[in-house]
Amino acid sequence: MKPSVVKAQPADVLKDASMLKQKEMMAAHYERLTSAPQAGEKVASTFVPGNLNELIMCFDLVNNLPEVNAIQSGLRKQSGQYIMEAERAGHSEDVCTYVKSDIGMMLKGNIGPNGKELPRPDVLLLSYTGCFTFLKWFELLREQYKCPTIFLQTPYMADGKVTPNMIQYMVKQLKEDVIPTLEEVSGVKFDIDRLREYLKKSAEAEDDLVHILQSGKNKPSPIDAYFGGIYYIGPIFGAFRGTDDAIDYYRFLREEVDERMLKGLGPVTPDGPMGEEKYRLVVEGPPNYTSFRQFWKMFYDEGATVVASSYTKVGGTYDYGFRHDPDRPLESLAEYCLGVYTNRNLPMRIDMLSDYINEYEADGLLINSIKSCNSFSAGQLLIMREVEKRTGKPAAFIETDLVDPRYFSAANVKNRLESYFQMIDQKRGSKGAAA
Amino acid sequence: MTGETTSAIVKRCEAIFDDLNFTLAREWKEAEPGRKVIAYMPVYVPRELIHAAGMLPLGIMGGGDNLEVIHGDAYYQSYICRIPRSTIELGVSGRLDFVDGMLFPSICDVIRNLSGMWKMLFPDVYAKYFDVPQTYKDEVGGVFYTNEMREFLHDLEGIAGRKITDDDIRASIEVYNDNRRAINELYALRAKQPWKAPASEAYLVIRAGLVLPVEEHTVLVREYIAAASAQERPLKDNSRVVLTGMFCEQPPLNLLKSLELSGCYIVDDDFILISRWLIGDVPTTGDPVHNLSQAFLHSSMSTAAKYEPDQEEKGQFLVRAVRETGAEGVIFASTSFCDPALLDRPILQNVLKAADIPFIAFKYAENSGQMQPIREQAGTFVDSIKLWSAA
Ligand code: SF4
Ligand code: SF4
Repeated sequence: MKPSVVKAQPADVLKDASMLKQKEMMAAHYERLTSAPQAGEKVASTFVPGNLNELIMCFDLVNNLPEVNAIQSGLRKQSGQYIMEAERAGHSEDVCTYVKSDIGMMLKGNIGPNGKELPRPDVLLLSYTGCFTFLKWFELLREQYKCPTIFLQTPYMADGKVTPNMIQYMVKQLKEDVIPTLEEVSGVKFDIDRLREYLKKSAEAEDDLVHILQSGKNKPSPIDAYFGGIYYIGPIFGAFRGTDDAIDYYRFLREEVDERMLKGLGPVTPDGPMGEEKYRLVVEGPPNYTSFRQFWKMFYDEGATVVASSYTKVGGTYDYGFRHDPDRPLESLAEYCLGVYTNRNLPMRIDMLSDYINEYEADGLLINSIKSCNSFSAGQLLIMREVEKRTGKPAAFIETDLVDPRYFSAANVKNRLESYFQMIDQKRGSKGAAA
Repeated sequence: MTGETTSAIVKRCEAIFDDLNFTLAREWKEAEPGRKVIAYMPVYVPRELIHAAGMLPLGIMGGGDNLEVIHGDAYYQSYICRIPRSTIELGVSGRLDFVDGMLFPSICDVIRNLSGMWKMLFPDVYAKYFDVPQTYKDEVGGVFYTNEMREFLHDLEGIAGRKITDDDIRASIEVYNDNRRAINELYALRAKQPWKAPASEAYLVIRAGLVLPVEEHTVLVREYIAAASAQERPLKDNSRVVLTGMFCEQPPLNLLKSLELSGCYIVDDDFILISRWLIGDVPTTGDPVHNLSQAFLHSSMSTAAKYEPDQEEKGQFLVRAVRETGAEGVIFASTSFCDPALLDRPILQNVLKAADIPFIAFKYAENSGQMQPIREQAGTFVDSIKLWSAA
C-alpha cells in the first residue's frame, strides 16, 4: 500500500492550508503506523539524519522514526516519565535522553501520539549517520525486538569533503546489505525505477523547502527558521520525503510564505502574528521540546526572530545545493547521508553558521547546547568563539535538553536571553555612536 | 637491565606515566634529525603504519589526575567527559608541541568533533579523524578500510618525505605481533597468578608502550613478566574480577589500587585496548595493508565503540573473558557522560544476568579523587561473591 494522499485545497483555507495539511498528514501517518499489524503492513524503524524514506517506500514498508516519537513525547510532556522509567530500568542519567524517552515509552506500552500502541518494528534500519548514539540505540532496540537489523555506515566528513571511497562504500552497502535485506523482510522485489520516481518527487519538494528556508533573508523574515522551522522540516525529514503529500505541503507553505513576504509580515507564532522584528538570530543546536512554547515565547515576546538555524539541516543540507537525483539513485542517497549537518566536521559547521549570519544579516549567533547530545554539543564553545570572531557579531550560549524537563530552567534561559538582547542593543548603540 | 626487580621496573614505568611532557618521546625525536612523532587517541589506530614510516606512534590518553586543567574547561560544557578537555589542555599548554600529527579514531562523537577542533586550534599540525568500518564484509567494509589506510599511508609519506614499502609494513607488523604476544603473556600471567602481577602494575607496564618505541616496550614487558614470575608475593583471599568500560578515558591509578585494596584481583580489563586490539598474529606475508584490514574485520576486540552485527554474539566477549580467566564477577567502571560505555552497559548486564555472572557498576572520571565509595562498593561486592560461591 502506498501512503494515502491527503487533499487540502489551498484556495479554501489559504492561510492555514499547510498547517492543516501537515496535521492531516501526521495523523494519517500515525494511523497507518499503529494499524500496520492489522493491515498486514510491515514497519521499518530508522533515523532522521540518513533517513532513506524513498528506499523504504520501495518495499512498501511504513517508516517509523524513534527520534520523532521522542519529540512527540516531549511536546506532549510524556518524555519526563519515560526517561525516569528508563533510568529505573538501569539506564544512566548521563546518556542521550532521546534514547531513554524511546526505551521508557516502550516499557510503558509504546503508546503513540494517537493514543494507540505503536507496532514492533519488522526491521531496524540502522542508518549510522552523524551520531554515534544511533549505533547503541538500535543495539538496545534489537535486544528487545529481536528483529533483523540492517547497518548502513555513513563515513564522517572529517576533512570537509566527500571522497569516492566514501560513496563506493555506501553504495556497496546499499547493494549488498541494505536492499537485499529489505527485499527479504518485505517480500517485495526492488525496483530501481520506483526509487527514481520517488527521488524525483523528493527533489521537487526540496526546491520549495529551500525557497521557504531562504525567505528568512528578507526583512522582516516571514518565517521563524527554528521554532517555526521545526514544523516546516517535519514532513521532509520524516516519512513523507518522496511523496505527493510532501509536494503539496511545501507548495502550500511556499505560497503562504510568499504572501506574507509580499505583505511585509513576520512569522506566525502560537500567539498570532509576530510584532515588530527587533532581533534577527541564527541558532545552532536542537530546541527544547518539553517547554517548546514557553521557549519560543521568550523569543517572540522580545521581537526576536530566528532567521536561520542548523537544526533544520540535520535531515539534509538542501540549501547548500544538494537534491536527490533520480539519475544517480544510490549515489544520491549516499550523498544525502554524507551531507547532513551532524555529519559535517566542525570547521564546516563554523563556516555554515558564519555564512548564515552574513547572508541572513543576523545580529548574532545563539547556541542552545543540549545536555545529553554529544554529537551536537561537543565543540560548541569553540564554534561560538570562532563564529563571533569571524563575523564580529555577539554570540550567546544557553543550556537545555531536548526532552528531559529536568534540564529546562526557564528562569535561567530567560535571563540569558534578556542579557543577550541587551548585548545586541549595546553593540548596535556603539556602532551608531562610532558612525 | 636483567635482574631488575618488579618495583624498579614499575617505578620506571610510573615515571613515564607521570611525565605529561612526554620527555622520552621528545628525546627520541631529537636523537636523529628528521624523526617524526604521530600521536593518537583511544581506541585503535594501526600503529604498524606509523612505525613503518619510521615514526614514533605516541598514545595520548588524556591528562590523568595530575594535570591541572586551566584552558580545557573553556572548551567543554560540564556534561562532557573529561578526556577531550585534558587533551586540549595538553595541546594548548604546549605539551604536544613536538608532535607532527594527531589521530582521532572513530570511537564516539566527542573525539570525532575533537578532530575538527584540533584542525581549528592547530592548523599547522596534521590532524586526522581515523575512520574504520563498522561493517565487516571483505568486499564492503574491508575495501573501505584498506582504502582509508592507503590514504593514511599516503599522508604519512608526505610527512616522512619518503615512500613506505610493503616490506616496511611487513616488518612493522612483525614487531607489533611480538609486542602483542608479550602483552598477552602478561595477561595470561595475571589470569593465572594475579597476586604476582597486580593490575595497577601491569597497567603501568602496558601504558609505557604508548610512549616507548615498540621494540623497547616488548623487552620491558618481558622483563616485567620474568621479574614478576620470579618474585614471591603472598596469595590473598581476593576475588577475581573482570573490569570493563575503561576503553577510552583512563581510570586514575588510585582507582585500580583501590579495587585491589578492597579485595579484587583484576584478571582482565579493557584499558589501553589498542595494545591487544588485534587478536593473534597478523600475517607477515602477502599484502600487509590487506592483512591489517582482515585482522581488524575478523579478529579484533569487542568494545562499545564497535557495532556487533550478531545479536547472539553481543556481549559474549565479556562472558568469555570471565570464563577464560576464572573470574567470579564483573565490574563496570564507566566514564561519566560516556555514551558508548553507558549505553552499552545495560545490554552487557543483561548478558551477564543470563550467564549468571554477578556484577557491579560505578562511574569515574580520569581525575576522580574520592575513592572511598568505590572501595566500599567493591568490598561489598567481593564479600557477596565469596558468600555466593560458598553457598
Ligand atoms: S546524541 Fe544527539 S544526535 Fe544523537 S540521538 Fe541523541 S539527540 Fe540525536
Ligand atoms: S570517554 Fe566516552 S564519550 Fe568521552 S571521548 Fe571517550 S568514548 Fe567518547
